[in-house]
Amino acid sequence: MRHKFPIKDAQSAFVEKVQELSGQEVMKCYQCGKCSGGCPVAEQMDLMPNQVIRYVQIGDTSVLEAKTIWLCASCFTCAVRCPQGIDLAKVMEALRLLSLRKNIDHIDLSKIPKEELEILPQIALVSSFRKMTSA
Amino acid sequence: MKISYYPGCTLKKNALNLETSALAVGKELGIEMVELPRWNCCGTVFTLASDDLMRQAAPIRNLIRVQELGENQVVTLCSMCYNTLKRANLLVKNDNEKLATLNEFMDQEEDYRGDVKVIHLLEILKNDVGFDKIREKVKKPLNGLKVAPYYGCLLTRPKEIGLDDMEEPTILHDLVESLGAEVIDDPLKTECCGAYQTVSNKEVVADRTYNILTSAQSRGAEAIVLSCPLCDFNLDHRQKDVEEKYHDFEKIPVFYFTQLMAIAFGMDENVCGLDLNYVNPLPLLRKKKLIHKKRKRSER
Amino acid sequence: MAEKKEVMVKIYIMNKEHEVPMGLTIMEAMEYAGYRFIRGAGCRAGFCGACATVYRKKGDYKLFTALACQTSVEDGMYLSQIPFVPANRSIYDINKLDVEANPVLQLYPEVARCVSCNTCTKACPQDIEVMDFVQAALKGNFEEAAQTSFDCIQCGLCAVRCPSEIPQYHVGQLCRRLYGKYLEKASKNLDKRLEEIKKGNFDKEMDKMIKLGLNDLKKMYKEREMEELAGE
Repeated sequence: MRHKFPIKDAQSAFVEKVQELSGQEVMKCYQCGKCSGGCPVAEQMDLMPNQVIRYVQIGDTSVLEAKTIWLCASCFTCAVRCPQGIDLAKVMEALRLLSLRKNIDHIDLSKIPKEELEILPQIALVSSFRKMTSA
Repeated sequence: MKISYYPGCTLKKNALNLETSALAVGKELGIEMVELPRWNCCGTVFTLASDDLMRQAAPIRNLIRVQELGENQVVTLCSMCYNTLKRANLLVKNDNEKLATLNEFMDQEEDYRGDVKVIHLLEILKNDVGFDKIREKVKKPLNGLKVAPYYGCLLTRPKEIGLDDMEEPTILHDLVESLGAEVIDDPLKTECCGAYQTVSNKEVVADRTYNILTSAQSRGAEAIVLSCPLCDFNLDHRQKDVEEKYHDFEKIPVFYFTQLMAIAFGMDENVCGLDLNYVNPLPLLRKKKLIHKKRKRSER
Repeated sequence: MAEKKEVMVKIYIMNKEHEVPMGLTIMEAMEYAGYRFIRGAGCRAGFCGACATVYRKKGDYKLFTALACQTSVEDGMYLSQIPFVPANRSIYDINKLDVEANPVLQLYPEVARCVSCNTCTKACPQDIEVMDFVQAALKGNFEEAAQTSFDCIQCGLCAVRCPSEIPQYHVGQLCRRLYGKYLEKASKNLDKRLEEIKKGNFDKEMDKMIKLGLNDLKKMYKEREMEELAGE
């Protein structure tokens, strides 16, 4: 799909918000793809990590509907490998927070099967809810 | 050496085996780990939003507990707690304004001064005890046991808090070797297990686990050793889901590093807490003549 | 003789100013001002948790909590009553729970959302260390959660202020029930006494006592057999 956009749209409010929340200069990304290459869950993603940051760069908010940002496991492989020093994990978190801070949970606590709650250790629930439930 | 110890919520129940084996092994090496009073859940994973201070309260509150005792060091066993506490600590040490706001918010507590150091038991083993001393303490060398160390993500990443090299860490390798076992180096040793995806998306974890374990197995590994209760849940308990999806998969026992140490030190099997390991490690240990008694695993 | 003038204070009930005598409790003051409690009042003795109150004092930004029946009015109090808190409550059969299978996390998984902010402890009018017992519940230490939450009167103020939407008081109650039923050591003497009662060992005495008049009962009470007090 081709995007036609004037340069000023690249500095949309969306980009600024993501940059502010993540503290990262997303414009520095030159699409080398190292992040996508190292991402352990890339196979399941619809958008590759490098594509996600590209969407942010051009201010395309449809990135918020991608499965990718919720599949991210915060493993920081991308963050430590980026040659431009962009912490992509923080960008992913910012994108998640744009939904979570609207009080929209990504997982429904009541739908977690009882058998799972029986065996899941606290660490799994705490970290999962931290990333997937409203902030 | 006496040091404050931060367990983390999972070590009191689901990962009790990590705690019991660690405390026993520590005692044997002259490390007395004293549990912090009134500690709270560290709130893993470290919050990545630049403006989020509320979620820093949980880890910093624990560091205040250390400070209250007049101590300046705290040791953890769990990789995720280590990462969360250490990153929060670094954040407030480098930002006076954030620290002031946090201290003001936590008005029931004394102000955190930023002097506490967060360490992982592996660092104490390497730097304060030394692997040579550990080697001396081994009564039952793990001869013939092929172990693949698995580091996961949060022990070594990001660099500012990592306790070893991010791409080629060796601390678990060195430890396992000092216990007499054969170390199997595996390229996926720092690949993420899927972490918290295990709650809402265990398919992802099943795939990650399959890849990580079969990679180690293809290199001859008979067991995995690790440090994190979440990695342990994913690589051990979730083998059930891996089996269901991949019919060629063969189960492989997973140990905490302190469990292997306890076995090598010839400690009582109760201390090792092998009952809580999902994939039964006893057949393997029996085969390698590392346990003697014919122990029945209690019903779970 | 000079007339003793009653000292009055200004309070704001739902932001409307009223002058009430000092020395009244919040509940009494609101009734003095003309309000009638049909909800949010109960024992009037600090035990039922019905009269949860949130208030602020003039000139201060902080929010405080109290039980209306136990707290005296102060000049400049801005009052708001919370007669009911719609906190999530899981429906369960205590007999069917397995205390080893993380029952608290099964019924209240939101406990894992706790960020240890301590807002609940600050909100508690009973000075309970609420954050501590929620953390104990998270860790699976039901005994500690039960003991620490013992004084809870279910007023709901903790749950109302919690940013993670944890129903602390319901969690505490579950822990106390789990502890009482599954973890606390059973009293041997209780079983023995229940047997004796069932056998009818006390029936004659009970029948006698029921027929006694008030004065005889009082006499019997005063002359009852007692354990020696320490120091006697």
